[in-house]
Amino acid sequence: MTVTFLGMPADRPFPRNAARAVRNSQLRFNLRKATRTIRARRASVVAEAPDWAELREAGRAIKEHTLRNLDRYLVQLEEAVTAAGGHVHWAADAAEANRIVAGLVKATGETEVVKVKSMATQEIGLNEALREQGITAYETDLAELIVQLGDDRPSHILVPAIHRNRAEIREIFSEHMSGWGRPAPGDLTDDPAALAEAARLHLRERFLKTKVAISGANFAIAETGTMVVLESEGNGRMCLTLPRTLISVVGIEKVLPTWRDLEVFLQLLPRSSTGERMNPYTSMWTGAVEGQEFHLVLLDNGRTRVLADEVGRQTLRCIRCSACLNVCPVYERTGGHAYGSVYPGPIGAILTPQLRGMGSELDRSLPYASSLCGACYEVCPVAIDIPSVLVELRARARHPWAERAGMAAAGWVFERSGRLARLQRAGGRLRGLVPRRLPGPLAGWTDTRDLPEVPKESFREWWDRTDGGRR
Amino acid sequence: MRVALFVTCVNDTLFPDTGRAVVRLLRRLGVEADFPRAQTCCGQMHFNTGYRDEAVRLARRGVAALRGYDAVVVPSGSCAAMIREQYPKLAGPSGPFADAVARLVPRTYELTEFLIDVLGVTDVGAYFPHRVTYHSTCHSLRGVHLGDRPLTLLRQVKGLELVPLPGAEECCGFGGTFALKNADVSAAMCADKARAVLDTGAEVLCAADNSCLMHIGGMLRRQKSGVRVMHLAEILCSTETAGAR
Amino acid sequence: MSSRDLILTRIRRALAGVPDVEIPRAYRGPSTASTAGGSPGSATGGVSGRPDDRARPSGETTVPPGARAEVSGEGTGASGETTRPSDEPTEPPGETAEPPGARIRLFEERVGDYRAVVHVVNEADTAGRVARSLAGRGARRVVVPAGFPSEWLTDADVEALADDPPLSAVDLDGVDGVVTTCAVAIAETGTIVLDTGPGQGRRALTLVPDYHLCVVRAAQIVAGVPDAVARLDPRRPLTWISGPSATSDIELNRVEGVHGPRTLEVLIVT
Ligand code: SF4
Repeated sequence: MTVTFLGMPADRPFPRNAARAVRNSQLRFNLRKATRTIRARRASVVAEAPDWAELREAGRAIKEHTLRNLDRYLVQLEEAVTAAGGHVHWAADAAEANRIVAGLVKATGETEVVKVKSMATQEIGLNEALREQGITAYETDLAELIVQLGDDRPSHILVPAIHRNRAEIREIFSEHMSGWGRPAPGDLTDDPAALAEAARLHLRERFLKTKVAISGANFAIAETGTMVVLESEGNGRMCLTLPRTLISVVGIEKVLPTWRDLEVFLQLLPRSSTGERMNPYTSMWTGAVEGQEFHLVLLDNGRTRVLADEVGRQTLRCIRCSACLNVCPVYERTGGHAYGSVYPGPIGAILTPQLRGMGSELDRSLPYASSLCGACYEVCPVAIDIPSVLVELRARARHPWAERAGMAAAGWVFERSGRLARLQRAGGRLRGLVPRRLPGPLAGWTDTRDLPEVPKESFREWWDRTDGGRR
Repeated sequence: MRVALFVTCVNDTLFPDTGRAVVRLLRRLGVEADFPRAQTCCGQMHFNTGYRDEAVRLARRGVAALRGYDAVVVPSGSCAAMIREQYPKLAGPSGPFADAVARLVPRTYELTEFLIDVLGVTDVGAYFPHRVTYHSTCHSLRGVHLGDRPLTLLRQVKGLELVPLPGAEECCGFGGTFALKNADVSAAMCADKARAVLDTGAEVLCAADNSCLMHIGGMLRRQKSGVRVMHLAEILCSTETAGAR
Repeated sequence: MSSRDLILTRIRRALAGVPDVEIPRAYRGPSTASTAGGSPGSATGGVSGRPDDRARPSGETTVPPGARAEVSGEGTGASGETTRPSDEPTEPPGETAEPPGARIRLFEERVGDYRAVVHVVNEADTAGRVARSLAGRGARRVVVPAGFPSEWLTDADVEALADDPPLSAVDLDGVDGVVTTCAVAIAETGTIVLDTGPGQGRRALTLVPDYHLCVVRAAQIVAGVPDAVARLDPRRPLTWISGPSATSDIELNRVEGVHGPRTLEVLIVT
């Protein structure tokens, strides 16, 4: 199996990354505050939609139907985009996509591009690939800008700088904006409005003069060839509208069959992601418009492998709303970096190991980065049963031998009720000998929690002795 | 009606008081539950940790042990969810095992479902003069969808002062082997839950799942907080004449 | 094998024997949603699903501009009301179906929720309100796209800039604001949609200037997102605008004003 690149090195396993993150109290505070804010907002706008369950069901089914007919819809999309004056390219993996994009930029003679936030280009490490070709990519989304200026990594699908609070952002702007363009004002405060204003001034000139833009897309309509980008700040509109050349890198699973299908997703996505009835700006364009040159790069990069998996396939329904991250109790404590992929949180825990395979210790540990509490499934607007996919991936993972031995022993005991009864009796006799701290992997429990007292008599012993309490 | 108690391996081994409370509570309500001796474990730990073969073996055992009853009462939302949600997946679309699962699933009730939906009682005649808060537990809430059944029952308990637990729907961080494999995250989640419990000023934390209570209770005890944890069944079993145990 | 063929082959191999699924559309579709359907606790009378095979205004794919501009009255369905294609200059109201006041009020409230400035005026007062808004803003040099009704600017004391020859991005950065009409507006979400039709101009005109004044005719306000999708023509570049530019990137709190117009003012003409 070829190794699929996902924009981040896969090094330590999740529990070790997580252990470090959990001890970072500033991070915990930032994440708790942010995820709780957005959770409440989502809950209130979802509650006010009287047909949410029906929209969710339609969203699930449209995506499922699309995946089932993906070849047909991709060809239809290609035809429609081409008929509308756009150019369509196909990229089997990250390297090919990067090659295509770099070639297109070079053909314009430009060495600078502006970028709209896009998961697909992060996934393929486009910025780094362009840099090797002498092309500078400027991130224009506020959170991406924070990450880029801070030489940091994204930690959230929607808000890549969610791990940073306003004070940290002020520091990053003050220190690093000058290295990339217009410096931050000398008297910059950490008022969010002032920080947004600093970003506005920093990027203004760049928008007005840059000739090439790179974007992703939230949806691509097969029927009409229409591309759809949802955003908030207007940086997306700047990039999509002003430059002479626009290149959109889009995962093959982003296609939707018909124009009408947008009536579902334009309701599901904003309410699930930013917790708004509608995001401030949505741009839709079909082919080359207003004199612009348009290129669409369709990206596989492991998606067809996921598509072939009966249980995992549903992962491709994801519309990257990030609702599952925001509601996840594990993500809330660890943040996104612990997941070692541009896709963190519950969706990352199922998507990364499927795209990248489970060769590394990190990727094998991701399906276990969940208490299976089910909150992600409950909020997912396309009803991806994340817990079931996690459990499926766990079943395929190679397990450590000590765990295998423990599980085999437990299985052996539970195989016969007599064995369980004997174990219980032994436990009852030795109950005084249970130490307060356990060794090895069990110490994870006793470091912070007491063990329950082993009872003198198990339930089944009581039942036998008293005839179910009747004696 | 032939009723079986599926007590669960955790209750059987570590929390026999809960099983006894269920038996006495049902008896008080006129139901003699049977305890099929062949039962052991529903297989959830193996299933959730990725040991499907063992899980299937245990599921087959469980289904066989519970065959022939009109109702199976489970004092654990988590194990009830395992039977109802996962057994059909493990059994596949057809065959004798699938047929047996299909018979068992609609007859499997978490305790509060059995009390309210089958017996039609909300006031079980309990007396428990304490300040109590209720943690909904993930699988009771999102697995078997108990809704407000437990609270409905608790509100009828004489003397009981019910205080809401803020963020009750959030996971306590137990998650079976998650508590060992991701001990740091699990402990961080548990610490937040314990703090929320303490903030309510309750004397007793109650839930419909002993594994979560063992987790939160383990931390509350380590912190010497003085808050007791109790399975819902034990509170519902308490009367003016007989204590919980 | 080209990557195109490679990807398509992989897909076909992955999907061999996988069954297709039905798409249930039991959600609120166009023209059936109640105007207050989105507000919590409000009655949702009249809400119903619509048949999946509902006829589209014209054909399955794209619809010529103007063909899907029917305006339906509350609960009456899309039957025979006067149309006003977004391509044609706007007409005085009275000839079109008047959406009920509830829909206007909901739109007004929802636009206001985004901290946009909203006014409701009648036709006769529109020019005066436009003038007051521009004056209040101190706007002197204002972009006026071709097709913007000239009678709405009669009272305004501004230098009207036409986009002919096209203004450069730098030019646009130097103006005080832009006035436009819109193609459709959505009550439930407080959204205006521009399709670069008459009175709207190309996309950059409403993007670079820091102030956007949009005049919406009451008859252009539809109940929900499905109504808007049904009316719009995807072959035109579309911009959906819900409030001023904003960001949620700092601690996930919404802050108005980043790259797009920091002030959005909406005039609803009844
Ligand atoms: S998995 Fe579902 S909830 Fe998570 S980002 Fe994707 S669509 Fe949103």
